[in-house]
Amino acid sequence: MNDIQIKKTTTPYDAIVVGSGAGGGMAGYILAHAGLKVLMLEAGPFFDPRTDSMQLKWPYESPRRGASTNTRNFGDFDGAFGGWDLEGEPYTTKDKTEFYWFRSRMLGGRTNHWGRISLRMGPNDFKGHHIDGLTDDWPITYEEVKPYYDRVDRMIGIYGTVENLPNEPDGIYLPPPKPRLNELFIKKGAEKAGVKVIPGRGSVLTQALPGNKDRGSCFFCGQCGRSCRVYGDFSSSSCLVIPAIKTGNLKVIPNAMVREVLTDANGLATGVSYISKDDMQEYQVSAKIVVLGASAGETARLLLNSKSAAHPGGLANSSGVVGKYLHDSTGSSAGGWLPQLLDRKRYNEDGVGSIHIYGPWMGDNKKLNFPRGYHIEFGGGMGMPGYGYGFGMQGMNGKVPGRDGKMKEAGGFGASLKDDYRRFYGTDFGMAGRGMAIAREDNYCEIDPNVVDKFGIPVLRFHYKWSNDEINQAKHMQETFQSIMHEMGAIYDPMEGPETNYGLEAPGRIIHEVGTVRMGDDPKKSALNKWCQAHDCKNLFVVDASPFVQQGDKNATWTILALAMRTSEYILEQRKKLNV
Amino acid sequence: MNRRDSLKFLGIGALSAATLVEGCKSPGKNPDSSKGDKAADAAQPGRLPNEIARDKKLNEEKFFNDHEMATITVLADIIIPKDAKSGSASDAKVPDFIEFIVKDMPEHQIPMRGGLRWLDMQSLNRYNQPFVALSNADQLEIVTAIAYPNKARPEMQQGVAFFNRMRDLTATGFFTSKMGIEDLGYVGNSPNVWNGVPEEILKQYGMEGV
Repeated sequence: MNDIQIKKTTTPYDAIVVGSGAGGGMAGYILAHAGLKVLMLEAGPFFDPRTDSMQLKWPYESPRRGASTNTRNFGDFDGAFGGWDLEGEPYTTKDKTEFYWFRSRMLGGRTNHWGRISLRMGPNDFKGHHIDGLTDDWPITYEEVKPYYDRVDRMIGIYGTVENLPNEPDGIYLPPPKPRLNELFIKKGAEKAGVKVIPGRGSVLTQALPGNKDRGSCFFCGQCGRSCRVYGDFSSSSCLVIPAIKTGNLKVIPNAMVREVLTDANGLATGVSYISKDDMQEYQVSAKIVVLGASAGETARLLLNSKSAAHPGGLANSSGVVGKYLHDSTGSSAGGWLPQLLDRKRYNEDGVGSIHIYGPWMGDNKKLNFPRGYHIEFGGGMGMPGYGYGFGMQGMNGKVPGRDGKMKEAGGFGASLKDDYRRFYGTDFGMAGRGMAIAREDNYCEIDPNVVDKFGIPVLRFHYKWSNDEINQAKHMQETFQSIMHEMGAIYDPMEGPETNYGLEAPGRIIHEVGTVRMGDDPKKSALNKWCQAHDCKNLFVVDASPFVQQGDKNATWTILALAMRTSEYILEQRKKLNV
Repeated sequence: MNRRDSLKFLGIGALSAATLVEGCKSPGKNPDSSKGDKAADAAQPGRLPNEIARDKKLNEEKFFNDHEMATITVLADIIIPKDAKSGSASDAKVPDFIEFIVKDMPEHQIPMRGGLRWLDMQSLNRYNQPFVALSNADQLEIVTAIAYPNKARPEMQQGVAFFNRMRDLTATGFFTSKMGIEDLGYVGNSPNVWNGVPEEILKQYGMEGV
């Protein structure tokens, strides 16, 4: 490595897109289809679900039976490489606070394994300040984003039902999968407990997608998390990037870890520099427009690391807000099992790999000790066994009579124990709340002044604390779960208490982190305008979740896609007007 | 119905069928592919080089000695014996799985190694022989003393903790094997159409109107 040099490509692309997840993928798709010459830089390897998915593998095809590893934190068959810790790429935390950062370096990023739960944010999620004064309004309304949500629904495909609920906008839906048996028990129990349950909303093709010949329909293996060989669900790799490559206008360079956005004396973006993980050489590539879709964390990091005379505090950061207002969804969960379902009949109920039923937020905050709300995701049933199956039988088989009608001593061994595993199979269920956390200026990421990663790139340092608002929300989730499980006639553990913040997951754990490069009308208080164009640099755009002003109790992906489409078309318009 | 017909029946297009068949041919289909052979070194679609290297390295290492493996085998078959429906834990190669998983998840190593020795010490103190050398009746006497957490004597608690772990690993190893999955009756992981809970099941649980 005596001969490290910076290799510069002088021919400029029309646009460089950094990152290939939901946002970067959509930008690449729209721009390449419009005829722009686009370069996409992805920090991980190329990945095509058609050839690379672990779909339909059996647990015994993994020596660890599908358990997770450092390389795949969600299991040996999961569609996402990466996890909470990447070798040689640390991040740090400040003031003894906690934040966990899930990174997936691969084509399509985290969309290869996500839950496909596809929710629109509602009018009050975009403009929520009037409710309690706790949140800042977005510079755009639901009505302005609605046409893009509609187009994403049609282009990518989503199942669901029209429900006409407040602040839970309906979309354009394929038919939803019917509930599994355990989910019917959940639904019935939830209704008795006063909790509304509706069909799920997920980006899985339960029917052929009209007008699309490249994607197959779902064949109900329930394994969306492994990514889909027939492109029957939404991954950015299969649905956006690979089709964009086919236009001939998009070039993807994998294993390219972007270091910095380059700017000229006028402060305009001229391209980016990156290190290739393939040859460990340094490269510079140029473009008329730079689009960042690297994730809320990485995009903030990239901007803060892109310092120049024109942008001394980091690119697009004259306001100082870059990195601030970081927020992840709240999460708390519970589960149990249904003694009514012992010895249940076997049949294939794999269904889809997203949610079959969904609990929208219907609460009234005037009667509650926390602002805003959460939704509930449910599941359970006769899933494919994997590592962990059968654990903890001693906590179950002493609680119900055996086949002979007599109570059994918990635990045991031998033929009778072996039979218990059969009897209990498919009785379990789980539920998880995902709620709105208030975006706060003092929850942030910044550049750690002392630490670099193995490429020499300064790393992020996080500072994040939950407030009583989120803790009280988690308590309410736990109380709600208890009442649902009680009404179901289930067997379950006592609720999580104050010692665990009511099961409230640490910040970052829900992997919905957003908000670090917020948009707004006031350049003093925001980094991007309402088109996700940098106030300080007109040929720089952001298309991931970092522009979010305030996330609702809705998972982020569908909004990332809608906003990325909107921003990409704005770029096309501005090019026509010769503004960028 | 043969495979092609069933795919046609399901309405999965030719494109989907081709990719699925391709997918089913991918390496790793053979349960023994985890053994350190040449195929295990080769690039595999969708697996990172460091994943392949990690499995190869783990397969080349040996954690349990022969005596420990013999004890694990006896215990695993006590926990999951052969019965009318399926074979025993060792028939399903559960001891090999346990050997692999403790290398993969080092947090199991001390509890398992120490637990096995704890068991041998019980055995030596009671019968002057290690656990594997005992008669089946004597083995079961010791196992009975640690297999029921709520009625085990306080001085047996370490044994209970060990046996809980051993029971968990044995059950998970067995019911994730081909034999165990067939025993359990899991019938998914194959292309199909999901049309909801079968009518007779809805009736059985009174869920028709839900």
